[in-house]
Amino acid sequence: MPGLNDSLGIHEYALNLRARRAELLASNLANADTPNYKAKDIDFKSMLQQYQAGQKSATAMNATHARHITPGGQGVGGDAMFRQPLQDSIDGNTVNTQVEKAEYMQNALSYQATLTFINGKINTLRKAIRGD
Amino acid sequence: MSMFKVFDIAGSALNAQSVRLNTTASNLANADSVSSSIDQTYRARQPVFAAMLNEASGMEQQAGAGVNVKAIVESQAPLRQTYEPDHPMANEQGYVFRPNVNVVEEMANMISASRSYQSNVEVINTAKQLMMKTLSLGQ
Repeated sequence: MPGLNDSLGIHEYALNLRARRAELLASNLANADTPNYKAKDIDFKSMLQQYQAGQKSATAMNATHARHITPGGQGVGGDAMFRQPLQDSIDGNTVNTQVEKAEYMQNALSYQATLTFINGKINTLRKAIRGD
Repeated sequence: MSMFKVFDIAGSALNAQSVRLNTTASNLANADSVSSSIDQTYRARQPVFAAMLNEASGMEQQAGAGVNVKAIVESQAPLRQTYEPDHPMANEQGYVFRPNVNVVEEMANMISASRSYQSNVEVINTAKQLMMKTLSLGQ
């Protein structure tokens, strides 16, 4: 029986990751007209697998020395990868607005799906606590 | 909370695109402003976009970047110089100068700016809906 803290399972982390991805995709869309801007994205699957394997923040670095500085938060900035452009543009920008929009919408739907899962977990817990 | 950053990022894009729309409007409005000397003639203005550098906030690693207007540059394309001695603004040699505004280019610019503006508004709307859903979690 997991504790209350763990009851949300991977969904809590997935929600965070989805929010971060929304941020990245929003910045891609915001910079759709910026010369030399390179579109970025994260590999959601591998980051989630990393998290499941280690049960820790996927981006956390190992501190092997007492004087190592541990960065705060669980950023995805370091794990962001550049997107391969479908067609090059003359100003060096690799944002494809349609692709980014589609990804953003898909990400928003997945975010809502995760919210639904969390809601289910909360309802389960509530039922268990009330006992009715 | 990183969903709030989506508002900042998309908001910066709205700002940048509206500056672009403003310069387009200014260029189109002055497309036919004549002048009698090269120095006083209106030149087409274009904003230069640049990705915002992440603030060194220390605590949290920021993944996304907004956009800001780095500068507004004047076009260096040659002005249109025509010989019209009867024109009231003609100089001693009978020449008038017209701005180097390319109306077709400006129209294309305007459409691109308004499309980008729209897509960023959609981003903000979606982020708002997600935030509202998150707020009502567990109710």
